[in-house]
Amino acid sequence: MYAGRRLNACSRALKPFLQRRYASQASSEARLNKPIDFKKTAVLHQSQNSARTAYGLSQDAPVDWVNLHGAINASLHHALKSDENVLLFGEDVAFGGVFRCSKGLSDEFGTSRVFNTPLCEQGIVGFAIGCAAEGMKPVAEIQFADYVYPAFDQLVNEAAKFRYREGATGGHCGGLVVRMPCGSVGHGALYHSQSPESLFTHVPGLRVVMPRSPSQAKGLLTASILNSNDPVIFMEPKILYRAAEEFVPRDPYTLPLDKAEVLKQGKDLTVISYGQPLYLCSAAIEALEKEIKGLSIELVDLRAIYPWDRATILESVNKTGRAVVVHESMYNAGVGAEVAASIQEGAFLRLEAPVARVTGWSTHPGLIFEKFNIPDITSKPMPP
Amino acid sequence: MDFLVPQSLPPIATYRVMNAEGKVQDENRAPPDVADEQVLEWYKNMLTVNILDTIMSEAQRQGRLSFYMVSAGEEGIMVGSAAALGPDDIITCQYRETGVFKQRGYTLKDFMSQLLHNKNDPGKGRNMPCHYSGRLKTGHAVASTLGTQIPHAMGAGYAMKLADRESGTQSPRVAVAYFGDGAASEGDFHGALNMAAVREAPVIFICRNNGFAISTPTTEQYRGDGIASRGIGYGIETLRVDGTDIFAVYEATKEARRRALRDGGRPVLLEMMSYRISHHSTSDDSFAYRSQAEVDPWKTRDNPIARLKKWLENKGLWSDELDKQTRTQIRRDILTELKAAEREKKPPLSSVFDDVYAEYSEEQEAQRRELRRLMEKYPEEYDADDYEGGLKGL
Repeated sequence: MYAGRRLNACSRALKPFLQRRYASQASSEARLNKPIDFKKTAVLHQSQNSARTAYGLSQDAPVDWVNLHGAINASLHHALKSDENVLLFGEDVAFGGVFRCSKGLSDEFGTSRVFNTPLCEQGIVGFAIGCAAEGMKPVAEIQFADYVYPAFDQLVNEAAKFRYREGATGGHCGGLVVRMPCGSVGHGALYHSQSPESLFTHVPGLRVVMPRSPSQAKGLLTASILNSNDPVIFMEPKILYRAAEEFVPRDPYTLPLDKAEVLKQGKDLTVISYGQPLYLCSAAIEALEKEIKGLSIELVDLRAIYPWDRATILESVNKTGRAVVVHESMYNAGVGAEVAASIQEGAFLRLEAPVARVTGWSTHPGLIFEKFNIPDITSKPMPP
Repeated sequence: MDFLVPQSLPPIATYRVMNAEGKVQDENRAPPDVADEQVLEWYKNMLTVNILDTIMSEAQRQGRLSFYMVSAGEEGIMVGSAAALGPDDIITCQYRETGVFKQRGYTLKDFMSQLLHNKNDPGKGRNMPCHYSGRLKTGHAVASTLGTQIPHAMGAGYAMKLADRESGTQSPRVAVAYFGDGAASEGDFHGALNMAAVREAPVIFICRNNGFAISTPTTEQYRGDGIASRGIGYGIETLRVDGTDIFAVYEATKEARRRALRDGGRPVLLEMMSYRISHHSTSDDSFAYRSQAEVDPWKTRDNPIARLKKWLENKGLWSDELDKQTRTQIRRDILTELKAAEREKKPPLSSVFDDVYAEYSEEQEAQRRELRRLMEKYPEEYDADDYEGGLKGL
């Protein structure tokens, strides 16, 4: 269940009788922001067989219990090992990085390929573009997504347009990956909480990807570095770096950079989200389905933020007839706005209710007010 | 308490080989180590750029192209520095480096194809005039953004350093970034020079200090001793050069390249001093902010073309008559290529959507179909005949 105004936003997407049943029964006992139980959530692979099945592996394939920063480290390690053109650099990456994503890589692959740069984001991305233009596969790290803006000109005016303006010469910087931690973390305030993905979705020429879990991150990052021939903005929900742990296939694998994934089948409502809020959605769906017998909600991880997977989303909403989009970043011109407009265009005759958006408010992430701003979930079902 | 006071320090000297009379200034040094045939080629390339500028500026005023930028006064910097580079060196440019493209093999047809955006333009008609591309001959396509190409060259230099070390090649490469004094005020300049020094990237930073950024004189751009004085602060070997002396430019660039490749690589900064004789572009009237009297000495006395002509005449390699004939021939060749380029088709309409990504996204594919549907429905509103393949080219 969703609290406050967002409860109404969500419940309007359900059948009318549901709204009537709860209209006058708001519980004064509801407690906000119960922590996600990462050891139980269905979003993560809690068993070895769950991971094997999901990735189409045999029953004896090795899987390891890994958190998000460990999975990213494994992907970077594999990429550096398998292709000499791969470089990894940014502020403080040499000793392992401030979130430990590059731990051990400088020792193993050398300081020519894994190294610190001076503290200058526009220099980091400009440098990476120059490397990629020569066929290298640079993985540039921006220490927090909140500090990517000094590199915005290099990303928007240069990286995104490089192949287009080069034309028939074939020049491009397709090997470029820019990784950045993003999203709320409880106490990050204005400059350690931002989730600027929607800013990059308005730029043709860039791919924008956000994983939800360690195993997803490993496959998506490996694909971004080794398989993609387009520059990729790779966003890592930092609250999950240590919190999200699951079984992850040990051997390298890739995932498509332009496809959403249906995490749970349903027939009454489609919930669309990506990154950390998926855990809240999953918990909310579990609570709702327990509370309302027969209710069946479909959960979709967008994963590819741009170019995104309209076909999968529209197929789901044309089945259920209702949609809610959830994301942490703000309401106006957020990813949800694009998804909602496309659903309105592509599923108009099927929609039984307006597309709802449950998002951060149109304000800055103030330090002591985070719990009032980001989408959340009550701790227990509301009384019938 | 001895503060370092910038104004009390002596200004950085300017390296010069040839004086205004076209003679080697230092009588005790050996003549420039360049074959006469090569110098003649330099002269003709500078002449070609100069005459191209004159004709294309006029063509822009006639509405035959949308925009043009002249490089008068700076031809020596472009041709001289390009002549000192290796064929596989990677170059990133600002926009006034026509002479670099000429020296590195751009033909008149190549220039015209871009300026007129016909089907032979490698940029496929997407870039404003003077934004040349042609990776095999030069390096990166020119972009309008100022300063952004400077860290690109630094990254390219680092990439080539790793690749050349790995391959053990006998001909290691350098990267070169060309930029104006105004662009050096951008943050990218700072990021690139600092990072190049720290990463020991083999890159030559070539600043064309021509005294102006559009209407802004250098007195309103900086207060230090030009751009060269900044190189020291980053730990970069630096030289200031007389940009109207092509021999000084050539020798400085050649030595910079040697130093850039020494001991595994390092950056070098060259500040080429010159003057922008022309308006900034065909959208600018420079006499709104400076006087003719200020411009004139740079047109005659301190002019790279005039100086080299004197040198050639002093050596008995050139004459007024030969100059006249050559200019006439160049002008005729340019006009011939201009007319030929104007008769060519424009690039195919698929260039609207191609090359945004390596492959089409689903969204782009849907939009391409929609554009075709609209063009078929309203054929009078969209004239596709000038484009290669017409509507079928979409």
